[in-house]
Amino acid sequence: MKISPDDNILAWLGPLPINATLAYTWLVMAILVLGSYLITRRLQDIPKLTRWQNLLEILVSGLREQIRQASCQEPGPYLPFIGTLFLFIATANMLAIVPGYIPPTASLSTTTALALAVFAAVPLYGVARNGLGNYLANYLEPTLIMLPLNILGELSRTLALAVRLYGNMMNGTIIGAILLGIAPLFFPIVLQFLGLITGIVQAYIFAVLAMVFIASAQSTQDSPTQNHHSGED
Amino acid sequence: MTEITADVIVAVVSIFTAGITMAIGSIAPALGEGRALAEALQAIAQQPDEAPTLTRTLFVGIAMVESTGIYCLVVSMILIFANPFWDHFITKAGG
Repeated sequence: MKISPDDNILAWLGPLPINATLAYTWLVMAILVLGSYLITRRLQDIPKLTRWQNLLEILVSGLREQIRQASCQEPGPYLPFIGTLFLFIATANMLAIVPGYIPPTASLSTTTALALAVFAAVPLYGVARNGLGNYLANYLEPTLIMLPLNILGELSRTLALAVRLYGNMMNGTIIGAILLGIAPLFFPIVLQFLGLITGIVQAYIFAVLAMVFIASAQSTQDSPTQNHHSGED
Repeated sequence: MTEITADVIVAVVSIFTAGITMAIGSIAPALGEGRALAEALQAIAQQPDEAPTLTRTLFVGIAMVESTGIYCLVVSMILIFANPFWDHFITKAGG
């Protein structure tokens, strides 16, 4: 049994194998890019909007609200990164109802790439907001002795982020395949619905955890008052 | 009666260990998540206004707790479907 979509080679591009992970990641990216291009091509300002523009506005304003609540800050700088993470993972997971499609998030390589993006974004946002010195001083909290543990925590939460998403999605596809062999008619459908819920919840959790990690790297001495003000606005 | 060879032993041990991993590995996350959920429900009952914040924090916390259970799932899946020792013995027996 092929446990990973990485082993499922669909085509050869010269010497390069195009495996299922790669192909379906491209598919998801194409859907997202083409969809947002088609929707934002003719934006309207009249009271009666098109359905698709409504959908996109609900998505963006919902994401902004979630980011504002999770970080107690204005969502502006975080929306592109967090929103992209959520939309990509949610689309990749939801397409799992299409027969023959394997979610690219069921492969450890995709989830590791996403987790590494978060791993890189945490210091970038932290330095951009507080400066290099203040960000590095965060690692010495509460005392100098905690420095190795802080670094270890940074690494292990990146690993946990990758393995959590991978485990959840691989779980869905493999249990589905096993159940198809044991009880073909009814149970796989129920499990597909469960998989859809899990997929959306996992996308939400990935995005919120990324936001929480970024926000926690920005906490400095003066931040409680800042947070308080922006939280009330 | 088939003869008990090395690959049979590896298969038996892998399947047994996978079952034990899931059995023990799901106890602790289940207890932890149940406790977190109970506390969150109590907090929501006392302060219904704070329900959105509590629910969001509960989701994130449960996701963190759940990752230990997911580790166990990944390990047992690897033991059954992608066991390196098993593959070694199968290729040895086949070749």
